Amino acid sequence: MTLSEAVFVKPEIAYGRLYPLLIVFAVAIVGVVVEAFLPRGLRYSAQLVLSVGGLVASLVGVVLVGRNLPGHNDGTSMGSIEAMGAIAVDGPSLFIWGALLVLSLISVLLFAERRLEGGVTAFAGQAAATPGTEAEREAHLQGVEHTEVFPLMMFAIGGMMLFPASNDLLTMFVALEVLSLPLYLLCGLARRRRLISQEAALKYFLLGAYSSAFFLFGTALIYGYAGSVQLADISTAVSSRVGSSALLLTGMGLLVVGLLFKVGAAPFHAWTPDVYQGAPTAVTAFMAACTKIAAFGALLRVFYVGFGGARWDWQPMMWIIAGLTMAVGSVFALTQTDIKRMLAYSSIAHAGFIITGLVGTQQGLGVGANEITSLQAILFYLVAYGFATIGAFAVVTLVRDAGGETTHLSRWAGLGKEAPVVAGVFAFFLLAFAGIPLTSGFTGKWAVFTSAWAGGAWPLVVLAVLMSVVAAFFYVRVIVIMFFSDPVGDGPTVAVPSMLTTIVITAGATMTLVLGVVPQPVLDLARQAGEFIR
Amino acid sequence: MSVTPFLVLSGLLFSIGAMGVLVRRNAIVVFMCVELMLNASNLAFVTFARQHGNLDGQIAAFFVMVVAAAEVVVGLAIIMTIFRTRRSASVDDASLLKY
Repeated sequence: MTLSEAVFVKPEIAYGRLYPLLIVFAVAIVGVVVEAFLPRGLRYSAQLVLSVGGLVASLVGVVLVGRNLPGHNDGTSMGSIEAMGAIAVDGPSLFIWGALLVLSLISVLLFAERRLEGGVTAFAGQAAATPGTEAEREAHLQGVEHTEVFPLMMFAIGGMMLFPASNDLLTMFVALEVLSLPLYLLCGLARRRRLISQEAALKYFLLGAYSSAFFLFGTALIYGYAGSVQLADISTAVSSRVGSSALLLTGMGLLVVGLLFKVGAAPFHAWTPDVYQGAPTAVTAFMAACTKIAAFGALLRVFYVGFGGARWDWQPMMWIIAGLTMAVGSVFALTQTDIKRMLAYSSIAHAGFIITGLVGTQQGLGVGANEITSLQAILFYLVAYGFATIGAFAVVTLVRDAGGETTHLSRWAGLGKEAPVVAGVFAFFLLAFAGIPLTSGFTGKWAVFTSAWAGGAWPLVVLAVLMSVVAAFFYVRVIVIMFFSDPVGDGPTVAVPSMLTTIVITAGATMTLVLGVVPQPVLDLARQAGEFIR
Repeated sequence: MSVTPFLVLSGLLFSIGAMGVLVRRNAIVVFMCVELMLNASNLAFVTFARQHGNLDGQIAAFFVMVVAAAEVVVGLAIIMTIFRTRRSASVDDASLLKY
C-alpha cells in the first residue's frame, strides 16, 4: 500500500477464534465498572466470581477453538492468522493460552486469600495512604481493601495471552505494555512491608519501561530493514537478504533486550530478585509463572518465525546468554538468605535452561515420530515450572510471624518439626526445581535437554547439567535447614489458610507429581500443538 | 529528500535518552529519558515510513503515543507514592532491596 493509493480496508475480526482473548479483556473492563458502581462490601465477592467465571469461560473457549483449528497451508501445523494479520491463533498460541488460563485460575485464588491476614486480602487497604500515617491505620482499622487487584490481574492476563500470539511486532509491543503496566502496579500494593513493595514497583517500572523502549527502537529498525512489522514479511526479507544487514543486526539486538528482560535472562535479570522479594507473594507467584510463559512464547515466535532465516546470526548470542543466565542464576542463589530472593535466582537459572532448548532449534522436519521439537519441549517445561513455582510461593505465604510473612531463611529452621506437611510439600517443590526424577522438573529438563542435544547444542547441555548440580545444592540446603536443624527461639508459625490457598498448593503439588510420573498426556498435547504458523 | 539526517537525529535522541536513564538520579528525569527514547523510536518509524512509502510506520507512531500516555499514568502514580513515602524521588534512596 503506497501513500497515494491508500484505501481504507474494513478490518475483519474473526470473533469465532479470538473470543477467549476478548472474554478476558471484557471481564477486566467489567471489573473496573464493578469497582466504580458496586458498594464496597459487595465488591470482593463480585470481583472473585467475575474473574474466576471469566477465566473458566475463556478456558472453555480455548478448548473449543482448539478442537476445530483449521490446517495451515504448509500441512505440518494448524491455525489461522486473524485480525488483519495481527494475531496468530495456532497450536502453540492455544497451548500457551490454556496454560496461562489454568495457572491464572489458581493464582486468582491466591489473590483472594483472606484468612491469613485476618479477614482482608494481602493487598494494601488503601494504596494512596502513606505508610506509617494515621490515614493508613484508619484504613486498616476499617478493614478497607483494594479489590482493583482483580481487574488489574485480568488486564495483565489479557496482555500475556496477546503477547505470544501477536503476529506483528507492533501488536507485540502493545501487548508487552498491556501485560507490564498492571504488573508494575500490583507489585506496589503489598499490605505489609509497604516500603519494599513500593521500591519493587519503582524498580520494576523504571527498568521495564527502559527495556520496552529498547524493544520499540529495535522494532523501528526492523521496520526500516523489512518495510513491514509483520513477522512473515520480516522472515521473507531476512531470507532474501535485502536491505542493510547492519540495520537487521542492530534491530534484532535491541529487540531481544526487551524480550530477554521479561524472561529474566542475564544480563537483564537484575530486576528479578528485587521485584520477586518486594512484591506481594501472590503477585510474585502469578508473575513468576505466567510472565515467563508469555515472554518465552513471544521470544520463540519472534526468533523462529521472524528471524528463523538469520539463525546463524542470533544463535551465538543465544549460546552466550543461555550459559550466562544458568551460571548467574545458580551461583548467586547459593548466597541468598531470603527465600523469595532465592526462588527468584532459581527462576533465572530456569530461564537459562529454557533458552538452552531455544538454541537447539530442533524443528518440525528433522524430528522422529516419538521425539518432540524444541518448541514443544519448552512449552512442556514452562507448564511444569509454572505449577511448581505457584505452589512454592503459595507455601511461602503460610510461614508467618507477628510481622506477616517471614521469608528469612534462618527463620525457616526446624519448620519440618513444626509443620511436617507444609515443609514436606515445600521440599517436594524444591526437588522439582532441582529436577529430581518423579517430579515434573525432571521430565521438563529431560525434554528440553534431549531436544537441545539433538539440535547440536551439546556443550550447553553439559553446562546445563553441571549447573543443575550446583542448583541442587541450594535447594537441598533449604531442605536441610527445614528438617535437620532446631527451631531458633520463637520460630514462625505455619498459619492455617482458607480453602483457597489449600486448593492452590494441592493443585501445584498434584500437577508437579502427575507431570513427573505420567507426563505423556501433556507431552501429547504439546506435540499436537505443532509449530508456529507464519 | 534523504532520510539519513532524520535517522541520525533519531539515533542521537535514543542514545541521549538511554544514557540519561543510566546517569540521572531523579526518578522523574529518568522517566523523561525513557519517554525521549520512545519519541526517538517514533521519529525512526515515521522516517522509515517515508523511505518505504507505506503507512505502517506512521500508524505505529500513533500506537506508541497512546502506549506512552498509558505508561505516564502508571509511572507517575508509582513515583508519586514513593515520593510521598520517602520525601524524595531519587532512585538512589530506595535501596532496601539489595544483593
